[in-house]
Amino acid sequence: MTAEQGLFLCAAAFTLASAVMVVSARRLIHAALWLIAVLSGVAILYALLQASFLVVVQVVIYIGAIAVLFIFAIMLTRRQTDHDAPSRWTRRAPAFLISLLTLGALSGIVLAFPEAGRLPPPMPPDLDAVNALGAALLSPTGAAAYAGVLFHESYVLPFEVASVLLLAALVGAIYLATTERRRRES
Amino acid sequence: MSIPLSWYLFLAAALFCTGLYGALSRRNAIAILLGVELMLNAVNVNLIAFWRYLDLRPNDPAPMNGQAFAVIVFAVAAAEVAVGLALILSVYRRRKTVAADEVNLLKW
Repeated sequence: MTAEQGLFLCAAAFTLASAVMVVSARRLIHAALWLIAVLSGVAILYALLQASFLVVVQVVIYIGAIAVLFIFAIMLTRRQTDHDAPSRWTRRAPAFLISLLTLGALSGIVLAFPEAGRLPPPMPPDLDAVNALGAALLSPTGAAAYAGVLFHESYVLPFEVASVLLLAALVGAIYLATTERRRRES
Repeated sequence: MSIPLSWYLFLAAALFCTGLYGALSRRNAIAILLGVELMLNAVNVNLIAFWRYLDLRPNDPAPMNGQAFAVIVFAVAAAEVAVGLALILSVYRRRKTVAADEVNLLKW
């Protein structure tokens, strides 16, 4: 077993153990803190996959914004969430069964996937991944050159649609979260 | 670099199913959203693993599409959390509850 495999197994065990704590922690604030552990574990996996930009995005957006948003929401609804009673077994048993069946189905798909045993190709030496991602997402022609070849992959339209979706969602979130009295005053 | 692709796929499948269990078994709406976050992260792990293992092969026509997909999933996840938590806060303010099965305003 190489050092890299050991690192992967440690990160995977840490991520999965934290994920189990997220779904089983009695107090909701603890579940949110365990979610931060899961997100850091996933960031380690991105680093192992050499997706450097996404490591930064994971830490800044997921841990820095989304996890903090969760913690604020839990604190604002504190009276309800402080002692979250465990749900009845009639609710937990079907959920467990469904997720176990899903796990079986997904594992079957992975086992049947012909490329599942593939090892990663060597990183192209002159690929600047951050630059190429920026060109693919923002430039209208999506022209990024590496290994002497010019690539034209452009995701400007889907990316802009996603940003309009995010803007609309945030405007809607502000509207929903404002109280009616405050709305009438302004 | 000696990790087979299937290791990442199995990890993502396990993470997805953990999130699915959380989303189905919890009563609290915020805890359900936490489970959905786990599922979205599992999907992103899959996308990045496919990018590293399949998109970076020599002579691939589109070497960055896995990462581009993942970035768009990030944006959609942020939108989902913002709207979801705002809805939960709004319901909490009116009904003083965040339990998903006590919110039946739209049921008939």
